[in-house]
Amino acid sequence: MNLYLYIAAMALTTYLIRVLPLTVFRRPIRSRFLRSFLHYVPYACLSAMTFPAILTSTESVLSGAAALAVAVVLAYRGKSLIVVALSSSAAVLVCQCAAHLLG
Amino acid sequence: MTGREYRSGVSRGLPVGMGYFSVSFGFGAMAVSQGLNALDAALISLTNMTSAGQFAGLTVIVAAASLWEMVLTQLIINSRYALMSLALSQRMGQRIGILPRLLIAFFNTDEIFALAMSRREPLTLPYMLGLGTLPILGWTGGTLCGGLAGSVLPVSIRSALGVMLYGMFIAIVVPPARQERPVLAAVVLALVLSSLFAWVPALKTVSAGIAIVICTVAAAAVCAALFPVADEEDGI
Repeated sequence: MNLYLYIAAMALTTYLIRVLPLTVFRRPIRSRFLRSFLHYVPYACLSAMTFPAILTSTESVLSGAAALAVAVVLAYRGKSLIVVALSSSAAVLVCQCAAHLLG
Repeated sequence: MTGREYRSGVSRGLPVGMGYFSVSFGFGAMAVSQGLNALDAALISLTNMTSAGQFAGLTVIVAAASLWEMVLTQLIINSRYALMSLALSQRMGQRIGILPRLLIAFFNTDEIFALAMSRREPLTLPYMLGLGTLPILGWTGGTLCGGLAGSVLPVSIRSALGVMLYGMFIAIVVPPARQERPVLAAVVLALVLSSLFAWVPALKTVSAGIAIVICTVAAAAVCAALFPVADEEDGI
């Protein structure tokens, strides 16, 4: 299918979610369940998208696992977003260099 | 007055714009490693302005799934923006009319929303436009640069750059999961479900976008039922 159709569908859906509550439906959400659900959505979807996909996103499962481990440990210690991201990236590079050297 | 409001917004948006540049660099590199070209990746960023939604959208595009799957995936993953727009709408009150709102809605991201809500003075249109300017440029420009870098670098470095995006997702999720048990529960539940979709033979046939939707809805619904948030809190 045409890439631009995908991009249009994606952009339009995202825009409607943002624009309707700003213009048309302007009443607060009363349902506590719905508000709670929306609170947990980002954590659930980011987790589901990251694992196990990160394991197969690089040349080997080992380097993917290294990226995961480094990121979790650094994020747990409260390092900033960019430090965590660059370090996990560096972990992949180190693993790949090691793999090439060891043949 | 208008100029001062705009400049005040721009300076408040500067750190967000710089942060967006680095995050979207990872998105650009990943999009290119999955077969898109850098300009198309930048077009996605310019028209969507959302990290998780774009990543899921990329998954749907690469899987060549249906447009309905794309719409459903975005509806679920970006649903939280409805909450932010509602809150922002009340904060803007009557001062900002319908037409400017059509524009402001386009860039109501997590970070811009947080900046707008934390302002003490009343929100004005020039201020909001100033707030959005650098984040939009940073998000789109970073994607383009990441895409271009990904196009010229060898595969091994490209896959290392693509991992940055996962690293950022982890950096967003881990600190609150460490502090709040309910968030940890949502994370663990989503991880277990997505692992099932990846590894159980019968579930492998479910397409990637739908799998993300099911994991997200199930984990968030279970946690919303077990651990409802406090009344005053309006989510993210």
